[in-house]
Amino acid sequence: MFEGLDAIFLARLQFAFTVSFHFIFPSFSIGLASYLAVLEGLWLWTGRQVYLDLFKYWLKIFALAFGMGVVSGIVMSYQFGTNWSVFSDKAGPVIGPLMAYEVLTAFFLEAGFLGVMLFGMNRVGKGLHFAATLAVAVGTFFSAFWILSANSWMQTPAGYAINAGGQFVPADWWAIIFNPSFPYRLVHTVFGAYLTTALVVGAVGAWHLLRAIPAEKNANEGARVMFSMAMAMITVVAPLQIFAGDQHGLNTLEHQPVKVMAMEGHFKSYPDGAPLVLFGWPDEATGKNLFAVEIPKASSLILKHSWDAPLKGLDTVDRKDWPPVPVVFWAFRIMVGMGMLMLLLAAVSLLARVRRRLYDWPLLHRFALAMGPAGFVAVIAGWVTTEVGRQPYTVYGLLRTVDSASALDAPAVGASLLAFVIVYFFAFGAGTYYILKLMSHPPHRGEEGPRRDQPVRAAGITPAPAVAESLATGKEA
Amino acid sequence: MPFDLPMFFAFIIAFAILAYVVLDGFDLGVGILFPFLPVGRERDSAINSVAPVWDGNETWLVMGGGGLLAAFPLAYGMILSALYAPIIAMLLALVFRGVAFEFRWRDPRHRPLWDVAFTGGSIVAALAQGITLGALLQGIAVQNRTYAGGWFDWLTPFSLLVGVSLVCGYALLGSTWLVMKSEGSLQERCYRLAFRLGIATIVAMAAVSAATPFLREAYWLRWFAWPQVLFTAQVPVLVAIVTFVLFWSLRRGHHYTPFLMALALFGLGLAGLGISLYPFVVPPSVSIWDAAAPDDSLKFMLPGVLVMVPIILAYTGYSYWVFRGKTGHEGYH
Repeated sequence: MFEGLDAIFLARLQFAFTVSFHFIFPSFSIGLASYLAVLEGLWLWTGRQVYLDLFKYWLKIFALAFGMGVVSGIVMSYQFGTNWSVFSDKAGPVIGPLMAYEVLTAFFLEAGFLGVMLFGMNRVGKGLHFAATLAVAVGTFFSAFWILSANSWMQTPAGYAINAGGQFVPADWWAIIFNPSFPYRLVHTVFGAYLTTALVVGAVGAWHLLRAIPAEKNANEGARVMFSMAMAMITVVAPLQIFAGDQHGLNTLEHQPVKVMAMEGHFKSYPDGAPLVLFGWPDEATGKNLFAVEIPKASSLILKHSWDAPLKGLDTVDRKDWPPVPVVFWAFRIMVGMGMLMLLLAAVSLLARVRRRLYDWPLLHRFALAMGPAGFVAVIAGWVTTEVGRQPYTVYGLLRTVDSASALDAPAVGASLLAFVIVYFFAFGAGTYYILKLMSHPPHRGEEGPRRDQPVRAAGITPAPAVAESLATGKEA
Repeated sequence: MPFDLPMFFAFIIAFAILAYVVLDGFDLGVGILFPFLPVGRERDSAINSVAPVWDGNETWLVMGGGGLLAAFPLAYGMILSALYAPIIAMLLALVFRGVAFEFRWRDPRHRPLWDVAFTGGSIVAALAQGITLGALLQGIAVQNRTYAGGWFDWLTPFSLLVGVSLVCGYALLGSTWLVMKSEGSLQERCYRLAFRLGIATIVAMAAVSAATPFLREAYWLRWFAWPQVLFTAQVPVLVAIVTFVLFWSLRRGHHYTPFLMALALFGLGLAGLGISLYPFVVPPSVSIWDAAAPDDSLKFMLPGVLVMVPIILAYTGYSYWVFRGKTGHEGYH
């Protein structure tokens, strides 16, 4: 059934599928961990019940999302070997240790602090509990730090040497970890995670504001507070994210100009100012953008900050070094489009706030509800842009994708891809259903945390309730 | 046997594998035994006894995989691409099983379905791990730093034998774990199950041990050459002693000893494996030193391993201590 397809293409598809699925959960839980820390901090500072209620409300959702992130992560740590064994052999000495630190950090956290955070409220004392929440927030950030460092090294390799066996070996760890694209990618990704979380929190708040009958509107304090906090977050972060994205783009132009050519749809060179292609269909065969809508010279203005700055196009690049142009072009536009919608939401909500209509403007609430999944769409589109834009290399400019794969056979890879799609659909479909179910209940006064009589735990949250209890009482449970 | 960085990391990874096998082994075993337990209180007690720990146990698998990539990238690529089918089957089974575990509680209407998924996932994962081990032992064809064999090289009578053995072994671990953690009718049932599974496991271990020296001459020499045999012969002697204590303690109705003896059997099995394989990580040609990442990579990881692994171990040990004793059937406590 898969004989007609290219095994390497199927392997790439499988990696893209499993990593996209995996990344959905961390991109949400990184932001949520920080949000939980803010909520608990505000509760401790102001003593207002509503912050505690919201903390417990989102804690239950965090537990599920974190768990699914870990389960889907197990697959990732083996797939490098099954499908990309040559890459593993050659790049392993450099990216392996970075990934090992990611695993150690995550494991360390799961084993230690997550249990206290999930089940330890009222049992370990407020200070220690808040410390655990902060540790989880900082820990998820460090997890992201290591894995993004490994990913960035594949985009902009630095600090390496090549040994007799053809392996990349470390020469300067500092240069490897802080390779040229890493700081930009880290900031851009973490902002993306914050926006994703804020959009979800905002949509849940908006949903409950829309559903509340007018007489009860004022009673629904939890929904109002989460909506207000989410809109404030988007108002601050959306413009920052657009700035960070622009800086990241300039960094890409410096280190991976071919990727930018594909993002911009520049098939030919423009010696005196390149146009900004708003929309169109990049046709690789003819090297033209079909149905293109362009703004003359605007691309040069954005990328070079000058109307007439020359920009090189794909015609200066050997055809075999092109990434798949339409995919990169459109993924980039989807991401930017989502970013613009987020900016619009930020502006509209700011207007509503100034006019004191944040909680009684159904149109704004509908908009915020519709934007709930926008963060996930933007994050996945952004990753497609940068990862497909890295093609045809796995280690940019040094190791080609076709030379990275195991000796693969299309039917086998096709079968495993199909199996992943089916199992993920069931497993994570069920998980998403339970998350949505939790979200469909409005937060209420005296919200309970994760229930102790159900194993609502993520990986490694070992015996949390009992540990927390014994810590609190000073004796064995 | 030189003790340098590659050797140190070989021990670390062997330890992660042992930790994974014995820890996830007993909770996979509980899943394998599920069809033999009546629906209701006994099943709920059984699953409650592993509920607090199973996901932490599985994290050792990520450590093993991530560690192998980081410390022995060449071996990681060769082994995983050679054993594509069983590895993917194992991963999918573990995902399915993990999800079934959580949703069994949340979705009581479909509980019978989730129970089937839980057992199926446990059996497939155990079988796939055994097949992986068997296929590694029989050797992996490599050329130019990559796997050079076919898609079904892993599928042999020997690898299937190891697969079935591991299913029996995990079920033994699971039944002795339940003997330790349960009371009443469930415990009585598990004494009987453990006795039969003990016999099955010993027979299977004996069959695998008898077949291994015939796979390669190197294994034969490693086990039977003089004077090494004085050292290697201790393994079967210890296995015999442990087996005796296992059956004796089951007959006498001990609570803890059977599980400890099952653990000891797995420890000895891994020691035997180490004796057969050393110094190779991918038999018959790639040694620990051939496959190791350069010292600069290993040195970089050393502080992380030395600081974090002991803390993780201390916490894990503490949590098992907290959870010692019998489990009820209404949610864990």
